[in-house]
Amino acid sequence: MELTVVKERKNKQAEERSEKNVVYRTKNLNLWYGEHHALKNIDLDIYENEVTAIIGPSGCGKSTYIKTLNRMIELVPNVRTSGEITYRGRNIFDKSYRVEELRTQVGMVFQKPNPFPKSIYDNVAYGPRIHGIRDKKILDEIVERSLRGAAIWDEVKDRLHTNAYGLSGGQQQRLCIARCLAIEPDVILMDEPTSALDPISTLKVEELVQELKKNYSIIIVTHNMQQAARISDKTAFFLNGEVVEYNDTDKLFSNPDDKRTEDYITGRFG
Amino acid sequence: MAMTDGNRSYSVRKMIKENKKKQNGQQFIEWLMPKLLLLTATISVLTTIGILFTLLFETFIFFERVSIVEFLTSKEWLPWDEKTGSFGIAPLVTGTLLTTAIAMLVAIPIGLASAIYLSEYASEKARKVLKPILEVLAGIPTIVYGFFALTFVTPLLQKVIPNLGIFNALSPGIVMGIMIIPMVASLSEDAMSSVPNSIREGALGLGSTKLEVALKVVLPAATSGIVASFMLAISRAVGETMIVAVAGGSSPVLTFDVTKSIQTLTAYIVQVTTGDAGYGTTVYYSIYAVGMTLFVFTLAMNLLAQYISRRFREEY
Repeated sequence: MELTVVKERKNKQAEERSEKNVVYRTKNLNLWYGEHHALKNIDLDIYENEVTAIIGPSGCGKSTYIKTLNRMIELVPNVRTSGEITYRGRNIFDKSYRVEELRTQVGMVFQKPNPFPKSIYDNVAYGPRIHGIRDKKILDEIVERSLRGAAIWDEVKDRLHTNAYGLSGGQQQRLCIARCLAIEPDVILMDEPTSALDPISTLKVEELVQELKKNYSIIIVTHNMQQAARISDKTAFFLNGEVVEYNDTDKLFSNPDDKRTEDYITGRFG
Repeated sequence: MAMTDGNRSYSVRKMIKENKKKQNGQQFIEWLMPKLLLLTATISVLTTIGILFTLLFETFIFFERVSIVEFLTSKEWLPWDEKTGSFGIAPLVTGTLLTTAIAMLVAIPIGLASAIYLSEYASEKARKVLKPILEVLAGIPTIVYGFFALTFVTPLLQKVIPNLGIFNALSPGIVMGIMIIPMVASLSEDAMSSVPNSIREGALGLGSTKLEVALKVVLPAATSGIVASFMLAISRAVGETMIVAVAGGSSPVLTFDVTKSIQTLTAYIVQVTTGDAGYGTTVYYSIYAVGMTLFVFTLAMNLLAQYISRRFREEY
């Protein structure tokens, strides 16, 4: 009797797991920079409300991959892709898919903090404004909510109208996260968001990522394996443009399936 | 540490030491050069000060003959008649402002639009073709622009505006604007291209279109450089001589009618210096007062440019 209950519960969990919405599905993605084959036959599913970490040595294609997810990679001249990435069921390479629409759904936080040379307020309000929100009262609310969401409100609430460049690097990066939250994206892409930050700022951003995953799906590229282990639910290990292993983070770091993964996470190379 | 790697016939360290002994001459050059360089820098500063003093001195003589109140308030500029002459600077100032304003109406929109295109849209290939062409435009002698205005633009405009005089403010104004376009375009483009790409990426990442990035992010970020380019362009237009002297006419009349013949500050100076005004006459001294007025104008423009570019600076 009890056994069946347990079994049923287990089945139910498994079912929930498979039903869990796939945000991004990458199928047989290849990418070339001119002649250089940078991504090779990538297959990867990314799930809702999880933190997915992408790790790997320099030049393995992890940044390239995350920039492909919002098509920022197209800013690089001579890039070619083949294969398919669907976001919420729709192929992002479709001619009819406006890239601005995709990027409104999928926010991005960059390696180096890149606030606009404007006031803190205007930085956060920029996104809502370009998407047609003009009401001052609503903008005020969005700015406060986004800055709170990025855990920086208390530090900046008295200086909202001063230039964002007066903030420290760590604060600037959280401001960039706030700027991203202001348009309520569905997914947040983070491309080594802490690589230019000191350890304390890094910790703050990591805590923030944990907080944000309740409402957002997060994909984070990091060269810091401890960081991936600390904050992610799933981890993909990239090597030479291929996905070597994609697993639950606990599994990948404690008992990897692939020898190369093990070599990398134990520090034998990279 | 001695060299241990085998049997080389030379030692770098020894050679350096020996060469150092021969370097007394070089030390002298090192001592001399900064002083020479300072001297050359001083020459330009001293000439500027010298010119300024001559200007001030002669202007002073002029104001001993003509009251400064008349100079500033009279609405008539009739310098040729020694007895009934009137020296009111206003007509020359309005002539200058009129042509400058027309030039800016042409140069600022076209120059800025070209800068936006070159910096934000043009492919590497297009930029390589367009920029040199713009720079050629900047290299044309102004006298060529002058007769271009007089013999080509004015007749063309007369077809549209029948009552347009042969000499008028409109035609040299437009041509002056065309002449200044490359300056506005090139300086504004420099200001916009120096906005870091990471900022553009940040804006694109939020779903901005290219136009939104250009107008709402890059343009504001480059404001100080762009405004400085406008101010320099105005300075250039105020000081421009040949085009207005050739095509603007020589009628110092207080008017804002762009179809009428006018005279600018600079064109007046040309008229006097190429004419037969005798040394020591009031007319002769008047050109120093007019020159002083010009100097005050351009100085004010430059100071304003500095103030504005500091005021609007968005640092990155």
